[in-house]
Amino acid sequence: MSLLTVDELTITFGGRGRKESRAVDGVSFEVDQGQVVGLVGESGCGKSVTSLALMGLLPSKGVTIGGRAEFDGTDLFTMSPSARRDLRGSEMAMIFQDPLSSLNPVVPIGVQVTEILERHRGLKGEAARKEAAHLLDRVGIPDPTRRLKEYPHQLSGGMRQRALIAMAVACAPRMLIADEPTTALDVTIQAQILELLKELVDQEGTALLMITHDLGVVAGLCDQVNVLYAGKTVESAGRRELFGHPTHPYAHGLLGSIPRLDAPRGEPLTPIRGSINDRIAWADGCAFAPRCDRYEMGCLTGTPQLTEPRAAGHQVRCVNPVLDDAKAEEVTA
Amino acid sequence: MSLLELDGVKVHFPIKKGIFVDRTVGHVYAVDGVSLKVEAGETYGLVGESGCGKTTLGRSVLRLVDITEGSVVLDGTDLAKLPGEEMRRFRRRLQMVFQDPLGSLNPRQNIESILSEGMIAHGIGKDQEERREKIKSILDKVGLPSNALSRYPHEFSGGQRQRIGIARALVLEPDVIICDEPVSALDVSVQAQVINLLDELQEELGLTYLVIAHDLAVVRHISDTIGVMYLGSLVEEAPSDALYAEPKHPYTKALMSAVPVPDPEVEDRRERILLTGDLPSPANPPSGCRFHTRCPWAQAERCATERPQLRDLGDGHRVACHFAEEIASGELALTRPTGIEAVTEGEGAVVEQTEDEAKVPAVLLPADSTTKPDATAVKEKVPSAAEAPGDRTAGAVAKDLDAAGPDASDSDKEQDKTG
Amino acid sequence: MSVATKTDKIQRLAELTAGSETSTGASLWREALGRLKTSKMAIIGAVIIAAFVVVAIVGPFLAPHSPSAQIWRGEVFPNKGEFVGARGENWFGLDHLGRDLFSRMLVGARQTLLVGIVATLIGLVAGFVIGIVSGAAATLGGETGQRVDSVIMRFIDMMLALPSLLLAVSIAAVMGQSLTTVMIAVGVVQVPVFARLLRGAMLVQGGADYVLAAQSLGVRKRRIVLSQILPNSLSPVIVQATLSLATAIIEAAALSYLGLGNPDPAIPEWGVMLAQAQRFFSYAPMMGVYPAVGIIITALGFTLLGEAMREALDPKLKG
Repeated sequence: MSLLTVDELTITFGGRGRKESRAVDGVSFEVDQGQVVGLVGESGCGKSVTSLALMGLLPSKGVTIGGRAEFDGTDLFTMSPSARRDLRGSEMAMIFQDPLSSLNPVVPIGVQVTEILERHRGLKGEAARKEAAHLLDRVGIPDPTRRLKEYPHQLSGGMRQRALIAMAVACAPRMLIADEPTTALDVTIQAQILELLKELVDQEGTALLMITHDLGVVAGLCDQVNVLYAGKTVESAGRRELFGHPTHPYAHGLLGSIPRLDAPRGEPLTPIRGSINDRIAWADGCAFAPRCDRYEMGCLTGTPQLTEPRAAGHQVRCVNPVLDDAKAEEVTA
Repeated sequence: MSLLELDGVKVHFPIKKGIFVDRTVGHVYAVDGVSLKVEAGETYGLVGESGCGKTTLGRSVLRLVDITEGSVVLDGTDLAKLPGEEMRRFRRRLQMVFQDPLGSLNPRQNIESILSEGMIAHGIGKDQEERREKIKSILDKVGLPSNALSRYPHEFSGGQRQRIGIARALVLEPDVIICDEPVSALDVSVQAQVINLLDELQEELGLTYLVIAHDLAVVRHISDTIGVMYLGSLVEEAPSDALYAEPKHPYTKALMSAVPVPDPEVEDRRERILLTGDLPSPANPPSGCRFHTRCPWAQAERCATERPQLRDLGDGHRVACHFAEEIASGELALTRPTGIEAVTEGEGAVVEQTEDEAKVPAVLLPADSTTKPDATAVKEKVPSAAEAPGDRTAGAVAKDLDAAGPDASDSDKEQDKTG
Repeated sequence: MSVATKTDKIQRLAELTAGSETSTGASLWREALGRLKTSKMAIIGAVIIAAFVVVAIVGPFLAPHSPSAQIWRGEVFPNKGEFVGARGENWFGLDHLGRDLFSRMLVGARQTLLVGIVATLIGLVAGFVIGIVSGAAATLGGETGQRVDSVIMRFIDMMLALPSLLLAVSIAAVMGQSLTTVMIAVGVVQVPVFARLLRGAMLVQGGADYVLAAQSLGVRKRRIVLSQILPNSLSPVIVQATLSLATAIIEAAALSYLGLGNPDPAIPEWGVMLAQAQRFFSYAPMMGVYPAVGIIITALGFTLLGEAMREALDPKLKG
């Protein structure tokens, strides 16, 4: 039994006169204790909306959520708002992309951390302050007692993200959701933060749902990877399996279109043509078909289903998957 | 003689305070003495993190910011000394492609009007009819349909907008195009389209690029020569392949080891140099070597007092480090913990490893005897051959990352503006 | 794969993607206009304003009585202490001098509209000129420009520091009592508002990448200001101008109420009417209610339209 089980999640915006748009269209995945699961995709694929829905942070008006998401056996979407609030912060916590706007600019870091400790762990006064300092130390912020008195703008980007992580892990949550936690950071700082997240997962056994567009980050961090396109999972596999044998033309194309630091110079990239706007509705066929070199008549008649054309546990939503290994090898070499 | 030569370029922004009369209370040393040469038909890549001054440097070449000191010589003309109107006319030969494709296009002008703007300013084409013909041929070159003319920027996708931005630079037939983060605002799948387009255009039109980017992988892909910037100055410059094969400056080493590679095989085995602390403020840069506050090899004496100059170590590989040779040969011991994670593969993977060693350069490989001088900073991991992909025990050192001291972590807020 | 199936699948793909073509070649102004047309607030505002403008134009010709004619029918005021309320041909009744209130309202609408428009125009034009000079100097003028800008802005700050009503009263005190005085006084008060607004918008736009792009293209500074920065800085000014019509009408009414308005009894104005009604409020409240309601509804019309325009021009505000 997994810690978090998401089953056929759909999220629809609009309605009531306005044009409906389906941001997430039947996404399923599981996250185990001590496991890192990645949701990967480009802007508009529904990855961030999924994380907000799981945390219960979507507005109640104008949004329809379908499907189930069970956390430790209880359905998140049928839970009472107060139970949800208690869960949030204590059992599930979230790390956002922009640390500056996720911190209250007029309250010192220390107060923001102790607030959480007081609310969820019932710590008071000196005890809470001590624990807060310990937490900052834990996430690698030097001189934590001094930092507690500082305001968010006095910290650098990397320090802010650390502070945010400290707040997220304040109540030793069993589940962390990180939405592009390193996108706003420089690459050397990103390496530090990723190292910290790895350490949390390894030492505390926290489950981590990692949402990112950066395949490089995924390759180094995630155990299980779900590639999303236009609101649906198009490929889901273990990390080595996915990067070793990308089978959906989209995942395959993505890997071929990224310039790699270790690739010989001068080798032309093989881009995916068009943009995310060039899509057809999933109901009519494969949303990726207009950008795909391999599409067939079969891709344009009804929604393609997830199958396992290559290996058990390696799910691919494609009628004409990339199965010839010679080409896949060439990409990963 | 090179097409574009920068010599000792400095851009210092005054920090002003005061209600009625502004007093200068200090300077932000955004660019602090950069010299480089860009050869005709080549691509020079400038790489560095936010706040290193790479964007300011790019803008200073176009005189979009005032150059405090130094010279920018394009084809024999020193731009830094050109008076206003002459500079304006000279801009035809230097064009820029911006990071934010939407923000750099006037939302209230249609594409034809946007692309005509430069031609009108320089009196190219005698009437709109002639200009339109030219615009159509350029649109075709960058892969946009000619019916784009009457449309507005918000009606295009990100990649198409960047094509418009490139077309705008191309209509003036410039000698040098400065690309400031040309792909970083685009979706991953679209980035390759734009990178390939830049490559194709260079081949077809013999363009010279100065590419500014934070993404080392992108820069390496398109550049012939790469310059690495840190806190306002170049720390290393080398031909693309040489820099990648053997980065000599400690900062380059760290930067390169931090770039994620979309391949678990590489990711699991590479050595990572985690830098301590954050970028110091360019308003108050450290003495001596700018990097000594974070350098894992920093020496007590010389690094903090004497500012290293770029010196040629052969084959056009220039490095601004006093101890580049000693670090390369492994003579110099690490002076602070780096969180280097050395991984020795289990027996099952040995064959694969030796195979890869030929291809994967030193920095990506497991630490060998030369790069593993300090046993306390190195954590060994010997996983079994049957190790599950998710099983990791690494990273315990990450906690010491910032042990270097709180002073190294000044806010980098203002650097976002200058960088 | 045969040629036939290949063309088949291309055709099928074309069919499926055909509906998603969204680009229309519409400029941002056209799009804003489209949003404005569907906004309920804008429609209500526009209807009110249209009605008001029609009344202002044709009102004087429709008025059943002359606005200055005393049409007592034997009643004498104020001896009896009684007012003539609504009756037969005098729909709104008579005022304290026995003039038909309905006619005076109709005729007065024109003056009220005139005050609003002229005062706003004075503020808009003067503010626009100051704002554009200041904004252009600050964005592209270099260090000298910034100094010019800060001198202008300190001057504008001084104007802003004066209470608007006090400023108007002192202008009126110098120029004497007339409608022109009211218009100038109200207009002058608006100048710093427009100047600051335009300058602020220009400063924001001046920092945008497309301005940098135009500079790097070698576009002349004057053209950058006029064809790049200015068109993108107009939205808040347009909105403010609409909202200003409302405040100008109210401020003009306030000045008239204070006795600075046009004293000519033949040219009624809603503000003056309101002022005159004050003395008799306990006997004849309706005499004050008519002009007051007129002012409120008109101001509301302009405010609604202004707010709707703000939303239409900047759809992000709607959230």
